[in-house]
Amino acid sequence: MRGPAHIPYRFLQDPSLFAVEQQRIFKGPTWHYLCLEAELPEAGSFVTTRIGETPVVVVRGEDGELRALVNRCRHKGALVCVEPRGRAPTLRCLYHGWSYQLDGRLRLVPFEKGVDGRGGMPPCFDKSEHGLHPVRSARLHGVVFGTLSEATEPLEDYLGPDMCRHFRRVFCKPVEVLGYFHQVLHNNWKLYAENARDSYHATILHAFYATFRLNRLTMGGGLVVNHDGWNTMNYSIGASLQEGQYDARELRSVLPDIGLASPELLDHRLEFADGITVAIQSIFPGCVHQQIYNTLALRQLVPLSHDRSELHWTVFGYADDDAELRALRLRQANLIGPAGYVSMEDGVIGEYVQRGSAGAAPGETALLLMGGEGIASVTDSRANEATVRGFWQGYRTLMGDALDD
Amino acid sequence: MTESALFLRVQQLQTHYVQTIDDDRLEDWPALFTAEGRYAITTRENHVAGLPLALLSCTGHGMLQDRVTGYRRINVYEPQVYRHQTSALVVTDAACGGWRCQSHFLVVRTLQHGAMSVFATGRYLDHVVEQEGTLKFAERLVITDSRQTDTLLVIPL
Repeated sequence: MRGPAHIPYRFLQDPSLFAVEQQRIFKGPTWHYLCLEAELPEAGSFVTTRIGETPVVVVRGEDGELRALVNRCRHKGALVCVEPRGRAPTLRCLYHGWSYQLDGRLRLVPFEKGVDGRGGMPPCFDKSEHGLHPVRSARLHGVVFGTLSEATEPLEDYLGPDMCRHFRRVFCKPVEVLGYFHQVLHNNWKLYAENARDSYHATILHAFYATFRLNRLTMGGGLVVNHDGWNTMNYSIGASLQEGQYDARELRSVLPDIGLASPELLDHRLEFADGITVAIQSIFPGCVHQQIYNTLALRQLVPLSHDRSELHWTVFGYADDDAELRALRLRQANLIGPAGYVSMEDGVIGEYVQRGSAGAAPGETALLLMGGEGIASVTDSRANEATVRGFWQGYRTLMGDALDD
Repeated sequence: MTESALFLRVQQLQTHYVQTIDDDRLEDWPALFTAEGRYAITTRENHVAGLPLALLSCTGHGMLQDRVTGYRRINVYEPQVYRHQTSALVVTDAACGGWRCQSHFLVVRTLQHGAMSVFATGRYLDHVVEQEGTLKFAERLVITDSRQTDTLLVIPL
């Protein structure tokens, strides 16, 4: 097997890997972001999502507890909850009306005893054995995760101490969802997972950063890895935005004739005492947690096939935001999402890699050599691909002999 | 102004709007708004739920011009063009010194290698006012039917 700095293009192009990934990664010992507790305010509130291909519903029970359940009727396999979000007194399948309590227990099978004693389910049919399959879930400061494997280590051990600390930093008080973005990407899911971990590209591809000198590799910041590199964070520190803002106002862009007619787009408020202005945290395999100035979001990456993926953004603020801060967040949302001045390029760059790496020779690989071949935290530079190597280390660990490289 | 004359003038504003985008004259696009005009694109999902997040939002000519600068000079994307079809224009009532208008749109996007697809459909919710004899958008809110964006959105809808 090659080292973590050499990634065969086959990993992006081979359709047969998709099913193996579903089994070994998405049903394997990994935690997946499901939703925010703030989206489930009362009994019967539900959110539908997926872990890989598996449909999942997270619902708040009459007892106030959150439960994740496989969103698949035990009768014929239909989706039980169809809407993205909602509230329901019971979980009732539309097809034949099988109805489940909010804790997943099967409470009603229409015509269970037949009609006039004829037909119906066999006498031995036991409803208590046919509840919705539970999904193991865990919460960290109001962020809900799920796993389809009993072998997955406890959430906080899986994340690692630095990752937990960063969630605690952002989820320090009640949050409020501001809205959602959804994006389809014409590339293998792993290209987006890489991209989010890649600090090398940020100031080059994202020309908005570069043009207004908002986020430079020469600024303070670093890379943090936990759990053998599976989970990572790239961050930059300092009065970067104020400085960048100054540049924009003074029209000192890289291209001298470009300026912002409305530089208040870059106004922001320093919210965290540590001075970190941009932090992108990635949890293996498909969760990204971002702070870009005052925009806070969780992104969920869902593979659809070997060359197609979905990206779901949940953008939030704090329940106690004052009006000015809320307005700042919403204006800065112009930086993120499918139409974001900063984020839009990530929608297409994976597709360029997907197209460019097609037809590569079996041994041809991508090179991830920036900063050497190590996978360790780096505090003095972000010109380093350690976090990307960490992702591939996690991938190879779980895929094992299926990769044959 | 008679009702039919007003309708015709709003229709002309719509035509100018579509032409600035589809015929790649985006530099003329901000002037179709008032100086403090607001333009935002959101999804039906966010709009119906009362969630304030927009895919893109601009208040005033400066922010509109910055989107044009982003498109022309800064952002990276696959070269593409739109073709708008608009329909079902309704000038509902006089309001706030102008008129509330609604219409439907369908946008076909064509990429540089020829792939064509329906990129977006939805509704325009407008507040149109008259300034110095010209109709302008005091607000144009674009609500897309789909919650999902294919790849990215760089040209306004």
